[in-house]
Amino acid sequence: MRKLAIKKLILLPGLLALSGVIGQAQAKSVNLLNVSYDPTRELYRDYNKLFVEYWHKKTGDHLTIDVSNGGSGKQARAVIDGLAADVVTLALAADINAIAEKSQLLPADWQRRFPNNSSPYTSVIVFLVRKGNPKHIKDWDDLVKPGVSVITPNPRTSGGARWNFLAAWAFAQKQLGQDEAGAKAFVTALFKNVPVLDTGARGSTNTFAQRGIGDVLLAWENEALLVLRDNADQFEIVTPSLSILAEPPVAVVEKTAEKHQTTEVARAYLEYLYSEAGQELAARHFYRPHNAAILAKFPVFKKLTLVTIDGDFGGWEKAQPHYFGDGGVFDQIYQSNKK
Amino acid sequence: MTASTISRVSTSSRRQPCGCQVLREPAWARLTLLTLALGFLFLFLFVPLLCVFVEAFRKGWHAYFDTFADRNSQAAIVLTLKVCAIAVPLNVIFGISAAWALTKFNFKGKNFLLTLIDLPFAISPVISGLVFILIFSHTAFGEFVKNPDLLAFNGTALGQWLAGHGIVLFHAGPFVDWVASLGINVVFNTPGLVLATLFVTFPFVARELIPLMQAQGADEEQAAISLGASGWKTFWRVTLPNIKWGLLHGVVLCNARAMGEFGAVSVVSGHIQGKTNTIPLHVEVLYESNLYAASFAMASLLTMLALLTLVVKVVVERKERG
Repeated sequence: MRKLAIKKLILLPGLLALSGVIGQAQAKSVNLLNVSYDPTRELYRDYNKLFVEYWHKKTGDHLTIDVSNGGSGKQARAVIDGLAADVVTLALAADINAIAEKSQLLPADWQRRFPNNSSPYTSVIVFLVRKGNPKHIKDWDDLVKPGVSVITPNPRTSGGARWNFLAAWAFAQKQLGQDEAGAKAFVTALFKNVPVLDTGARGSTNTFAQRGIGDVLLAWENEALLVLRDNADQFEIVTPSLSILAEPPVAVVEKTAEKHQTTEVARAYLEYLYSEAGQELAARHFYRPHNAAILAKFPVFKKLTLVTIDGDFGGWEKAQPHYFGDGGVFDQIYQSNKK
Repeated sequence: MTASTISRVSTSSRRQPCGCQVLREPAWARLTLLTLALGFLFLFLFVPLLCVFVEAFRKGWHAYFDTFADRNSQAAIVLTLKVCAIAVPLNVIFGISAAWALTKFNFKGKNFLLTLIDLPFAISPVISGLVFILIFSHTAFGEFVKNPDLLAFNGTALGQWLAGHGIVLFHAGPFVDWVASLGINVVFNTPGLVLATLFVTFPFVARELIPLMQAQGADEEQAAISLGASGWKTFWRVTLPNIKWGLLHGVVLCNARAMGEFGAVSVVSGHIQGKTNTIPLHVEVLYESNLYAASFAMASLLTMLALLTLVVKVVVERKERG
């Protein structure tokens, strides 16, 4: 019986191939590499399953999707150095800009290829504190108080950390009415309270949640909600009075995809993120979906006052070199804190 | 100390002139030293190892074996074995050649070569990895061969003179593009992992053999050669049997390090799950994905592989010695 079944299994692809000659194009095996940032591990594990099925139904092709995760800046660096990604799904536009600029693997206007600045989902920056909020952390100005230990990854390597940085900066300017120098002093004080800088958001989450270091974790909302889902008895989320709209964009690495002949499937892979199924899945993984109707179905996403990178910081083209470039504001802060 | 113990010690010291000092220590001192050593071993070796297994089985046998049913875990195991299967034999060849050259011959720059062999021990594995990224990365490699300064050389008087004699040193065109593209498939791919592992584990075999071969000297080889044996035959019949235990030890250490190497391979891997993640890198991925039982299951496998290498070594040694 068993042998028969195996024989059938062997015959099956042959029959399928035959019918393919008459009917549609022959089914292929296709490989796709998605180079992503740190906290998307769970999202893309599920999304890949969803898309592989969808693509198989649509084209008959057998798709294998590989994923690489790490700090967004680190991942961009790897793609520039030759990591052969077909698509990149990173934490912020500046990292994909860097790839476009340094490797010319994708056009400079990549961000106009997909809706909503090529961000199929967004997030915000929130605080994760220990249960009962023993240090009474309510807002950004509580983070600069002496004796409060803050956990955030390194803005040079992590995308989430750059959103954290800019959110703190925006708070100093908007809520405290500080000028550039005042905001810098505020963020400098905040970074004085940071004992460890991990390279990626997931590293920081583990430092805070597993190793028990720090009083507050500056985190992507999706990451904070994920931790809370598994450890509701240990942590709680604090929503600050002001935060930043974090827009993690996606792009096809066009030259690499062309070489791999995966342009079509790569584009479909990212487009499907905007479909109802894709948006619903993103929301279930705590990413705020672009689709308003689906967003409304999830009460977990609270409304809050948000600044944006384009509206308040002149876009990543300006903010990246100014704040995070070599010798930029973060470098100056970090140098002065070391002394 | 009583007279009788002194006399006993002195008689035994006559028989074993080297081992007498220890025996003169009082019992409590010996006990303390022993407890210290065993306690240290227990705390820093046994307990952590035990923790790995306890943590791995926390969710039961089922979860433990589920880890290894996963496509990415299997790929990591296969990749690690593959990298070792390439890197270790190559390092055995390099190690024997290096030790042979350094101990049986005299030449200028010998000490320099010795220092060079130690280099991978001295520098951090992260740097070993970065070196390969620098050499083979898309940008570095491509930019070097396509460097406009190099191409500009063709326009200089010397360049034109050479071109007039049929020599064009720096081409622009498909050949250069091809050379530039060569680099791309090395890093973030298996060859890069093998290179990084080779680099890091290079000294293990050579370092194990050099003192051994130095102590043995070249007398036996000289005798063999003067009796008419060829170089090859001398190596197989005289040198190799003399060094086999040292070699085995070197291979075991080299293999253990090759399987467990993290830093250098982490830099060149690109962390593609199921493609370029070796076991140690996969342990990290699982841990960071909050899959603790799975990550410890993977770690326990790595531990068992290491223990297995040690067991193989002991068994082979026993068999050989009868």
